[in-house]
Amino acid sequence: MATRPSLAGPDSYSRTAIAFHWLIALLIVCGFALGWVMTDIPGFTPTKLRYFSWHKWIGVTVFGLAVLRILWRATHAAPPLPRDMSAWQRVAAQLVHVLLYALMIAIPASGYLYSSASNIPVVYLGLVRLPMLISPDPHLKAVLKVVHVTLNYGLLALVVLHVAAAIKHQWVDRDGLLSRMIPFIK
Amino acid sequence: MKVSFHRTVLAAFTAVTLSAAGSAFAQVDLAKSTITATSKQMNVPVEGKFNKFTAQVAFDPAKPAEGNAQFSVDVGSYDLGDESYNSEVRGKDWFDAKTYPNATFASSAIAPAGGNQFKVTGKLTIKGKAQTVVVPVTVTQQGATQSFDGALPIKRLQFDIGLGEWKDTSTVADEVVIKFHIVAAHK
Repeated sequence: MATRPSLAGPDSYSRTAIAFHWLIALLIVCGFALGWVMTDIPGFTPTKLRYFSWHKWIGVTVFGLAVLRILWRATHAAPPLPRDMSAWQRVAAQLVHVLLYALMIAIPASGYLYSSASNIPVVYLGLVRLPMLISPDPHLKAVLKVVHVTLNYGLLALVVLHVAAAIKHQWVDRDGLLSRMIPFIK
Repeated sequence: MKVSFHRTVLAAFTAVTLSAAGSAFAQVDLAKSTITATSKQMNVPVEGKFNKFTAQVAFDPAKPAEGNAQFSVDVGSYDLGDESYNSEVRGKDWFDAKTYPNATFASSAIAPAGGNQFKVTGKLTIKGKAQTVVVPVTVTQQGATQSFDGALPIKRLQFDIGLGEWKDTSTVADEVVIKFHIVAAHK
């Protein structure tokens, strides 16, 4: 039935692109999980405050890495998609990737502004105090909270779709697509 | 409207009574005055504002030693900008606002410190614990008003602020900076 388009399989992403992908993926999972857990802790505890700080450090890191990654992607072509992918799948894949990049920027940015609007500066790694981009504003704070949370649910949905598509390519289509991002999987 | 009218009358009456009694207290403009306390959470400065306090200030820069300042701060009015945090901070581990509703400061001596700077020595009482502190104050005269500005770093644990798991200062630092901006009618 479905066979690989060629013995060599699709070209892989560059080592740099692969490193960006997995590092950011790991940070997003940690940041998301921390965000989920910390907002569920009732009241006010040292653990909660610590998680908030870590969550913000992760967000700032993801933002910085995402900017570099987008620059890298803009200057380095992605390997071609499998030849037998249909047009709608190509469009869908392209769309999901663009949205994922957009959220890697928009989610940390909305969280950062939410923190500024709450009058809480972000001190990266507890060392570098980053500027407050907007002044404290209780109304904006409430809006940004909703924006930050909603974008995260959007990200969750896209990541589920992204992972499901990768699994489908690997074990249903068997087109070797996953080896573009995981070189040792064949 | 009624309330503010009532307050105005009361304030006027108080002012008259005080001056009749020979007191030198200036009228403090509470709407323009602020008292805040900034803690550091993993190096993140977090500022909260005391929304309710009373202040009595009598100060003549020419005769600083005769000056006097009295403050009473409603610790339950500490506002971090988030009600769930505010209610937590009013609790037993922090201010214990039910048992100790007010933090107070009463000056005992005022000494000039060069220019418009003064050192105000006094007793600071928070959560029933008293400490003698020396507060650096900058006095600015502007038309009909006099403002007093300063920042006083304190150690929260000396006042039992933040008990239990909060005693660990790795999350919330021991040092808390109290900042004030007091505007009073110039005499």
